Amino acid sequence: MDYFFTDDQKMIKDLARQIAEERVLPVRAELDEKEEFPRDIMNDLAGADMFRVFVPEEYEGLGGGCLELCLVVEELSRICSAVAVSYAASALGCMTLMEYGTDEQKQKYLPDIASGKKLGAFAITESTAGSDAGNIKTTAEKVEGGYLLNGTKQFITNGGEAEIYTVMALTDKSKGARGASAIIVEKDTPGFTFGKKEKKMGIRSSSTRELVFKNCLVPEENLLGRPGHGFIQAMRLFDKSRPGIGAQAVGLAQGALEAAVEYAQQRVQFDQTIINIQAVQHMLADMAIQTEAARALVYAAAKYVDSGAKNVTEPSAMSKVFAADTAMKVSVDAVQICGGSGYMRDYPVEKMMRDAKILQIYEGTNQILRNAIAANLRKRKGRTA
Amino acid sequence: MNIIVCLKQVPGTTHVKINPETNSLVREGIENIINPFDTYALEEGVRLREKHGGKVTVMTMGPAQAEAALREAISLGADEAILLSDRAFAVADTWATAYTISRAVTKIADYDLIICGRQTIDGDTGQVGPETAEMLDIPFVAYVSNIEEIEGGNLRVKRMVEEGHEIITATLPAVITVAKEINVPRLPSLRGKMKSKSADITTWTINDLDVSENMVGLAGSSTQVIKVFFPERVSQAEILEGDLESKVDTLIERLKDAKLC
Repeated sequence: MDYFFTDDQKMIKDLARQIAEERVLPVRAELDEKEEFPRDIMNDLAGADMFRVFVPEEYEGLGGGCLELCLVVEELSRICSAVAVSYAASALGCMTLMEYGTDEQKQKYLPDIASGKKLGAFAITESTAGSDAGNIKTTAEKVEGGYLLNGTKQFITNGGEAEIYTVMALTDKSKGARGASAIIVEKDTPGFTFGKKEKKMGIRSSSTRELVFKNCLVPEENLLGRPGHGFIQAMRLFDKSRPGIGAQAVGLAQGALEAAVEYAQQRVQFDQTIINIQAVQHMLADMAIQTEAARALVYAAAKYVDSGAKNVTEPSAMSKVFAADTAMKVSVDAVQICGGSGYMRDYPVEKMMRDAKILQIYEGTNQILRNAIAANLRKRKGRTA
Repeated sequence: MNIIVCLKQVPGTTHVKINPETNSLVREGIENIINPFDTYALEEGVRLREKHGGKVTVMTMGPAQAEAALREAISLGADEAILLSDRAFAVADTWATAYTISRAVTKIADYDLIICGRQTIDGDTGQVGPETAEMLDIPFVAYVSNIEEIEGGNLRVKRMVEEGHEIITATLPAVITVAKEINVPRLPSLRGKMKSKSADITTWTINDLDVSENMVGLAGSSTQVIKVFFPERVSQAEILEGDLESKVDTLIERLKDAKLC
């Protein structure tokens, strides 16, 4: 399918694919097995200007939008979803800054994100705040010289590996979610340490860690936007970032589909390759249909985000939910087609199936996002928006 | 430090066809790539520039389509590109090629180091680099696997030889050919690719160089390819009969006859 990308978009997609195939493919199984952060690959992506894609030109980026970011994420995820999320998390980590930061704040941090010298991370989740994201307990008490942070963030992608963290904390405890603010915390700030590194089912080479703040003093100028606006900033951030998770899902589904077709064309049973068996053909056809539909929805949502539309919650959530469910189903079916071999770690599809599950969970569970979509449906009485 | 990297565009396939009339490669319809060995030369040039400053000029001799190889080189970090292209340059052997390149280098004038790949994957001669150095009358080192130091107009390199390594010092300007052990070429970058799209590629024809027509191309070639063909495959296997001991004895005899043991 031709999505009529511009020459620059094609160039970004092609180069991301080249990096994925030349640098990620040879090591993805090993990275997964060792649960090792793909630092060399992050450096390759940096050298190829991939972290510049989502940063505005005035801060040494290439000024791309959600769609360009999606193209990179999709291509990386086609080979390894863990690499894709490590890359995308850096974008997520600086999107609040790009949206609400002052020129001074952007000048300070964005060029290093763009060059890939530093990675970013975004931290909202806590033990008490998952789907109920407003229920965070980490505090940022206003004191002389800045904000004093206390609390623990959980399941933070790029935790320990990133240098620049956007952290949601309560600057006004009494107001709950309305007292939340986004604050930049740099790695190595005294009082900021990392807790345990999680051992995960999938995306194992990506880093997922606790961030622990104990009387961590952060200068006042690290506050992003207005105090008390953190929660709404985070919700708007996710509205814009969710097509990226959709792209990760599309890439994963594409990778699984390709692996399944390749296997079906080689595997001989009953004196024929199994791709000649209609039961297998129909499974593959369904996988292809779902993947392409998810792709079209993700691109459409990304373009809608890039159009500057005011309310992107619904299309963005739809693209994430549909693509994530697709990635799960397609990867499960890919394992089924590859049979006993597919279940073994020698083949890539079992990793893809493990990697797919998180897509239905993070950046808003598919259930909480269906809530958001349904809420909008009520408002517009089911008519097209 | 001004560096010239010489590279060649070659067919990116092992299934090459040969034009029986000219005995040259049929390039139409085949994806062309930068000769893989030359990518190490380019990478080393770019690394030296990053370390010492100056510029990297890539140069190739070939048809108009070779411009694509130069643009790719710019996306990989080269600053300037020169295409030597003229019908008169066509069907050159290594001698005429080296002569043309050496004249172009003389025209560039301001250079410290010329880097080439050790050989091409199509011609495979490995001669153009050393011949160019000879014609320019400057030092030459082949199969360089590491540039140890560049200081005070001198170059110290490690070069691969059959039984180990040699450390060689040479004065600059010089020509080196590099082995693939020297580095891992970088990936292209988006900014490099964008730059390469709009980069100016200088084209020099025979009129731009101080050469006469009978010194370049086919006319200037001391060698000519008379015929290119795929060797006939003949199977000369012999199956030894008998029990194991007699077979081993026969085999040893044969090896002795062939002076292989």
